[in-house]
Amino acid sequence: MKPFAYVRAGTVEEATGALAAHPGARCLGGGTNLVDLMKLGVERPDVLVDVTRLPLDTVEELPDGSLRVGATVRNSDLAAHPLVRDRYPALSQALLAGASGQLRNAATTGGNLLQRTRCPYFQDLSKPCNKREPGSGCGAREGTHRDHAVLGHSAHCVATHPSDMSVALAALGARVELLGDDGAREIPADRFHRLPGDHPERDTEIRPGELITGVLLPAATASLPSAYRKARDRASYAFALASVAAVLGTADDGTVTHVGLAFGALAHKPWRAERAEAALRGAPATADAFAHAVGLELEAARPLRDNGYKVPLARNLAVDVLTRLARTARTQEDR
Amino acid sequence: MTGTALGAAAERREGHLKVTGGARYAAEHPLPGRAHAWPVPATVARGRVTAVDTTAALDLPGVLTVLTHENAPRLTEPGDPTLAVLQDPGVPHRGWFVALVVARTLEEARAAAGAVRVEYAVEDHDVTLTADHPEAYEPETANAGHPARREYGDPDGAVDSAPVRVDVSYRVPPLHNHPMEPHTSTAHWEGDRLVVHTSSQGGNAVRATLAALFELPEDRITVDTRHVGGGFGSKGTPRPDVVLAAMAARETGRPVTVALPRRQLAAVVGHRAPTLHRLRLGAGPDGRLTGLTHDIVTHSSRIKEFVEQAAVPARVMYATPSSRTLHRVVRLDVPSPSWMRAPGESPGMYALESAMDELATALGMDPVQLRLRNEPDREPDSGKPFSSRNLAACLREGARRFGWDRRDPRPGARTEGPLLVGTGVAAATYPVLVQPSTAEARALPDGTFTVRINATDIGTGARTVLAQVAADTLGVPLERVRTEIGDSELPSASLAGGSSGTASWGWAVHDACTRLGGLLGGLTGRLPAEGVTARADTDGRANAESPYARHAFGAHFAEVTVDTVTGEVRVRRMLGVFAAGRVLNARTARSQFIGGMVMGLGMALTEGSTMDAAFGDFTESDLASYHVPAHADVPAVEAHWIDEDDAHLNPMGSKGIGEIGNVGSAAAVGNAVHHATGVRYRELPLTPDKVLAGLTSARGG
Repeated sequence: MKPFAYVRAGTVEEATGALAAHPGARCLGGGTNLVDLMKLGVERPDVLVDVTRLPLDTVEELPDGSLRVGATVRNSDLAAHPLVRDRYPALSQALLAGASGQLRNAATTGGNLLQRTRCPYFQDLSKPCNKREPGSGCGAREGTHRDHAVLGHSAHCVATHPSDMSVALAALGARVELLGDDGAREIPADRFHRLPGDHPERDTEIRPGELITGVLLPAATASLPSAYRKARDRASYAFALASVAAVLGTADDGTVTHVGLAFGALAHKPWRAERAEAALRGAPATADAFAHAVGLELEAARPLRDNGYKVPLARNLAVDVLTRLARTARTQEDR
Repeated sequence: MTGTALGAAAERREGHLKVTGGARYAAEHPLPGRAHAWPVPATVARGRVTAVDTTAALDLPGVLTVLTHENAPRLTEPGDPTLAVLQDPGVPHRGWFVALVVARTLEEARAAAGAVRVEYAVEDHDVTLTADHPEAYEPETANAGHPARREYGDPDGAVDSAPVRVDVSYRVPPLHNHPMEPHTSTAHWEGDRLVVHTSSQGGNAVRATLAALFELPEDRITVDTRHVGGGFGSKGTPRPDVVLAAMAARETGRPVTVALPRRQLAAVVGHRAPTLHRLRLGAGPDGRLTGLTHDIVTHSSRIKEFVEQAAVPARVMYATPSSRTLHRVVRLDVPSPSWMRAPGESPGMYALESAMDELATALGMDPVQLRLRNEPDREPDSGKPFSSRNLAACLREGARRFGWDRRDPRPGARTEGPLLVGTGVAAATYPVLVQPSTAEARALPDGTFTVRINATDIGTGARTVLAQVAADTLGVPLERVRTEIGDSELPSASLAGGSSGTASWGWAVHDACTRLGGLLGGLTGRLPAEGVTARADTDGRANAESPYARHAFGAHFAEVTVDTVTGEVRVRRMLGVFAAGRVLNARTARSQFIGGMVMGLGMALTEGSTMDAAFGDFTESDLASYHVPAHADVPAVEAHWIDEDDAHLNPMGSKGIGEIGNVGSAAAVGNAVHHATGVRYRELPLTPDKVLAGLTSARGG
């Protein structure tokens, strides 16, 4: 057995202190992914820092109208929070589209951000995986990869990030709050996760010893229609084949004033569709304009042998969600 | 038989124990000193173990021993080659067990298993089944002893010259049983006696197998199978867990539990082999079949020939003057396939009933009418009369309940926003199987009765229904009958498989109770303290050849929606009507029927195992990736039945019900998807990737 130390942090300072004192330590939130990976031998930490007692379990409204979500707020609680449901429906919908009721009750906001890919080769110690064991190769590229990336993958890794929540955060322009030795900092949610490049073992931009303390949901997108939609193999408890989160603001003349668009299950990170967003700003909020913009974004897709279906699927999802949001925006204006 | 117990919706007798955690399963025997074992699976698809270094593993805390082919006890060569574990260095497929670590705790065993170093001489592997694989051959028989080939008339000529023809191919992927309780055994030796608690569909088969492997007389082995968390066929034969547990217990002198981890199951406890179907149907303009060919190709492993008998149901279903049903198999470097709920019928009827739907479309005929038009007078292949056949009644009753007459037959005609809506029908058949068993019935002075038989309750309600059989045979209230099952010390009985359990065990219970009734009738005064006991053995009768073709039949109806945005298919409602003799317990029968239907829903839409050509194993190794339907997938499911009065079955007049619900249900869903979309998908499961691609190409872009 791989022995590990268990540290229960009562304060944020205790947690960051423990992380600084034990390089390679892992934070234990709901444990819904980490503990599984420890059983499989994929994660072998020497120290677990239990963060579930930290005073980071609240959702609070800040004076500027933004919403601060503590890192240990459970996924179920966040999805059900009245302010989240009212102002950021995409986030609530994304959370509820993930996992199962039992898992959502346990999983935390910070843990959701830090969950690892469900690539079967990553989970199987008997097979090569550059993410698990840099330099060992990638089993998925020539193996089974129907669920894998079509955007931003590298020769070293074709895995996808499994989170639904993170896709909504990227579209909504959320920021991730971190605390480390060098003090506190924020990273935009769509820059928190990385593309694999030459270092697929690094999922995120988090620095050694840093603790996720919370997520900031901006006031700018609070009053805009937003939605999340996910396609999957079964109606519940399945990871996305493709998903999309979108937020849309339109002017009286029907042109797009604000758009946030992100794809899930297409890449190593929630894929912020910056090219599509740029094409849409100032454009008419019509199905044709959406299709054109999304098409531009997906030009970058490089499907593998068996996952080409993801490109039309993602296009359909994005056009469908944006079109429905445009309809919602018009209805709101009419009122 | 008269009485009020049979047919009643009696509650499961062990239900309370199960929901309160009181029912002990095979791993839940914390005997003093009990150790745990963790197998080490091979990491190559074909080759030979050249060296095993156990030094590091043995140095880890808690490790008691590491068994390999070099030091494991020698077994007598088993009839089932998958049980020859740790006997030689050969690796017939990836995941084959090459070592077993035994330690004080599960965690210690798992950690040490990761520290065992195995070296292999690797050979090239081939795990890819193709319809034209050069090594495909025609076996003598398919599963259950069916001839691999049956042919009469000139089917190819008849199809070629038919006014209306269908010539189509279907693919059913490998499927896995994945019962809730993984395969698990706890073994301990009491002197020269071996006691095992095991998760199996048949304790007597386990005992006989262990007796042969370990060269022990059967009366020195006790097999406890009191509670079994499902099997769906994968526990119909003893599995490596029970052999390894007995081995490890002998080597360590302790009780040992081998609870196979879910991730290892896909390779070592069987799977439904993939089947590639080619079906050709020829018909006249009136819809009457003139010729039928159903040719299948499937795979098996290097060590075992198991041939999924998927072309067999075409020998039963429809009248045709010419027919060929043919099985071919390719031996690949894959895990050994085996039984999974309705082997043969399940994939075979998916293909046949899909092709019948295609024929109905080609004829412009209603698919219910097409089936009625081809009802045979006798079993088409054997020429035997049916003991009873109520497929037509099931189709008519199902159509009435489902509202089939309101259906617009045009495909793609019904839309609800972005959703396409369709309905489909398919028929079901499953043979009546029955095996000899023995039973004992005892009357006690307090007016109660005990029925003893080594039946196995795999979640079906065997205890309950056997008490119902006994109560009605004895003419006493149900609550005065106790049932003892799941222990090899009880009178021996057949396994829970092939939908034969209740028929086989019930027959023996009926006979024992009939004899007991006779004994009691000749007695006066108070019964002796030990009671009065009667025994019965149905050998020679239960397994006697019947002059009749005996099968259950059924009809499935399904309504689906297909989302044109995502290609997601969801079932809205399923309705099945079954003719399965006399239904003995309305509650547990309904559960079995709808359970089978839900399994068919999974087969149609979500379930499939992917053979990884590069590595030679199945990709899906947990229940997060092998998608059985979740609650959200399962809509209103209705099961109904037509009571049959069939005197040619068994004393209860029942046919099996464990599998018929599964047979044909996937075809009904698939046919509904065609009706919704106008696109014919011929490869399961109908996941969004395939469905969306079909929709896109149908719309020319």
